[in-house]
Amino acid sequence: MTGKSVSEIVARCEELYEDLNFTAAREWKDAEPGRKVIGYMPVYVPRELIHAAGMLPMGIMGGGDNLEVIHGDAYYQSYICRIPRSTIELGVSGRVDFVDGMLFPSICDVIRNLSGMWKMLFPDVYSKYFDVPQTYKDEIGGVFYTGEMREFLYDLENIGGRKISDDDIRASIEVYNENRRAIGELYALRAAQPWKAPASEAYLIMRAGLVIPVEEHTVLVRDYIAAATAEDRPIKDNSRVVLTGMFCEQPPLNLIKSLELSGCYIVDDDFVLISRWLLGDVPSDGDPMHNLSQAFLHSSMSTAAKYEPDQAEKGQFLVRAVRDTGAEGVIFASTSFCDPALLDRPILQNVLKEANVPFIAFKYAENSGQMQPIREQAGTFVDSIKLWSAA
Amino acid sequence: MRPSVVKAQPTDVLKDASMIKQKQMMAEHYERLSSAPETDAKVASTFVPGNLNELLMCFDLVNNLPEVNAIQSGLRKQSGQYIMEAERAGHSEDVCTYVKSDIGMMMKGNIGPNGKKLPDPDVLLLSYTGCFTFLKWFELLREQYKCPTIFLQTPYMADGKVTPNMIQYMVKQLKEDVIPTLEQVSGVKFDIDRLREYLKKSAQAEDDLVYILQTGKNKPSPIDAYFGGIYYIGPIFGAFRGTDDAIDYYRFLREEVDQRMLKGLGPVTPDGPMDEEKYRLVVEGPPNYTSFRQFWKMFYEEGATVVASSYTKVGGTYDYGFRHDPDRPLESLAEYCLGVYTNRSLPMRIDMLTDYINEYEADGLLINSIKSCNSFSAGQLLIMREVEKRTGKPAAFIETDLVDPRYFSAANVKNRLESYFQMVEQKRSGKGAAA
Repeated sequence: MTGKSVSEIVARCEELYEDLNFTAAREWKDAEPGRKVIGYMPVYVPRELIHAAGMLPMGIMGGGDNLEVIHGDAYYQSYICRIPRSTIELGVSGRVDFVDGMLFPSICDVIRNLSGMWKMLFPDVYSKYFDVPQTYKDEIGGVFYTGEMREFLYDLENIGGRKISDDDIRASIEVYNENRRAIGELYALRAAQPWKAPASEAYLIMRAGLVIPVEEHTVLVRDYIAAATAEDRPIKDNSRVVLTGMFCEQPPLNLIKSLELSGCYIVDDDFVLISRWLLGDVPSDGDPMHNLSQAFLHSSMSTAAKYEPDQAEKGQFLVRAVRDTGAEGVIFASTSFCDPALLDRPILQNVLKEANVPFIAFKYAENSGQMQPIREQAGTFVDSIKLWSAA
Repeated sequence: MRPSVVKAQPTDVLKDASMIKQKQMMAEHYERLSSAPETDAKVASTFVPGNLNELLMCFDLVNNLPEVNAIQSGLRKQSGQYIMEAERAGHSEDVCTYVKSDIGMMMKGNIGPNGKKLPDPDVLLLSYTGCFTFLKWFELLREQYKCPTIFLQTPYMADGKVTPNMIQYMVKQLKEDVIPTLEQVSGVKFDIDRLREYLKKSAQAEDDLVYILQTGKNKPSPIDAYFGGIYYIGPIFGAFRGTDDAIDYYRFLREEVDQRMLKGLGPVTPDGPMDEEKYRLVVEGPPNYTSFRQFWKMFYEEGATVVASSYTKVGGTYDYGFRHDPDRPLESLAEYCLGVYTNRSLPMRIDMLTDYINEYEADGLLINSIKSCNSFSAGQLLIMREVEKRTGKPAAFIETDLVDPRYFSAANVKNRLESYFQMVEQKRSGKGAAA
């Protein structure tokens, strides 16, 4: 433990969050010759493999609300979401010129096509569309996924110029298990005492994990938990809500703060989903690729970017999140033009109706600046929750 | 069989004999579909790209394609109200209008283009090929129909190649998931020889389709490979691939096109045969269906023929050599799904469009960017610039939607097209180079 205060830790994380030149990752790379950085977009890639190759996995979640998109808009029609245009802006403006590879996970057609655009725009940089199975039987989806991971591993060996052993991967799995445990503790603290660990702070803590080494991030998370637990903060008469739909294009920090100001305690969410994608520990003995594959197939988050084979199970993750955190309602916050989130939303809302969970919905973009309507909507929602629960 | 231009109803619309034949085939199919409750036929809903019609026929299942239903609703000016109905029920204005047209149609009683109720599907075959929306679409339908849903995932051809891992994955899904569930739903035992027989027939029709589409290389082109192409691809992309009907249709169409070619004639438009071919275009992206004739007219009135299009490859890239292979039935189905246009990477699409412009000696590329379809649309501005750079031919960009009438601005589209044709003229006369 470093003994730092909440404000010191949060200030450091906010600095990392706002730094669109990714200085921390650049410094990590420059610290030793031969170091490599692999960028990735939402939602999920097995960072353990990149770590095992001795490289730094670096999350690129678009440009947020501080990036002026000049070139990126020339690549997209008005009806495409913002994250691909700001990501292109990061690329063509040289902000990610130190990155040795870019991964585009299987999430939607826009990010999928961006993988091809990246190949065209940056032909000298390794870029890969990282496909994952949408079928979850071991002998079908599992074998396919293991094959995809092996191909990726082979590429990493070529980039890094060295073999990656099973022991390397096992060690990395252990490191990420530790990180997931720490993040689990952070989410547990926030669910239990949201006044001590507000979502706007937890979000910054999570975002920091995208640009610094995982070992350092685990320490940071634990430092924050210790500092936040020790700090005395007043309890507000807020309502507890689960926030969902933010799994890809991330909300501006002000949006999260606005929800809190309007009377919400956000007790669960789906931002920076990669950090919590795998549920629980991945076994660190035996065949590490098999273990990663099994974790993906059978013990990973539900989100709109994944197919749910069981109709009875569809949307139940939200009901469970509500029950587990004692939430009183759900806020669907979806990025404008986000096919996965917006197509999924009516099904999830029906599930919540069945479970008698109140909800509201709105759309945002990573650069949304006008928060007043969202604050009013969320405030009214909170008021209505209070009225219902009083009745 | 002598091809001829047949006057069809309504009287001001001219159609090729093949178009009439195609329309009859589609009508018969819809009759078969709507009469399924009486005939005890079982129905499988599935998608056009990566559709497994031959496999469905092995189980005597009747194929219902929600995309085609949405197109039919668009052509009949009904999709607008269906979309609004779905939006009123909570579906976002931002998402695919095929989905909303389908959901709205379902909410309004699921009346098909023949005026009869379409039956509820007995099974949803979610062939997930090149379009993420498919995945959500069938989750939405499954919620309503509560019937068995089979998922077949086609990995994306991101690196421009098909790997053994991809093929093995797809074949395993077919063997262990798709076929056993279809057996269960239909009560029909799978017979691989029956599948081989259908695949043989598919390949035969595919040969003729490729021949027809490649006649666009002639000057003048005897076909319009976009607007006319919609008619041509209907049977093979829909419920007829693998049938004798498809073989007959494509042979008939081939003869009809041959006749026009021999006479040096251009394509037949709704207002009669094209006169002079002034512009030869390659078009990328789906068409607009709510104003289909009006849209087409903007081209043929200016003497513009589409000589090749990417949309006619969403149900298979046969012109790049693929044929269904009865000797490798399941592998062949996998390769078919992997190769469809929307499952191809952006660099592959750029290569294709560049090849088309060169091989079909086109004047340029026109992109019809569809609001509903991120699979097609995301990246099209880069495609436009890259194809322009590689070919030196002018490219242009218009925006419409598939079946949402709110996103077809006729004046805007017409203005842009007219400007584009002027640009082509300038390029021809060398003025473009100076600019």
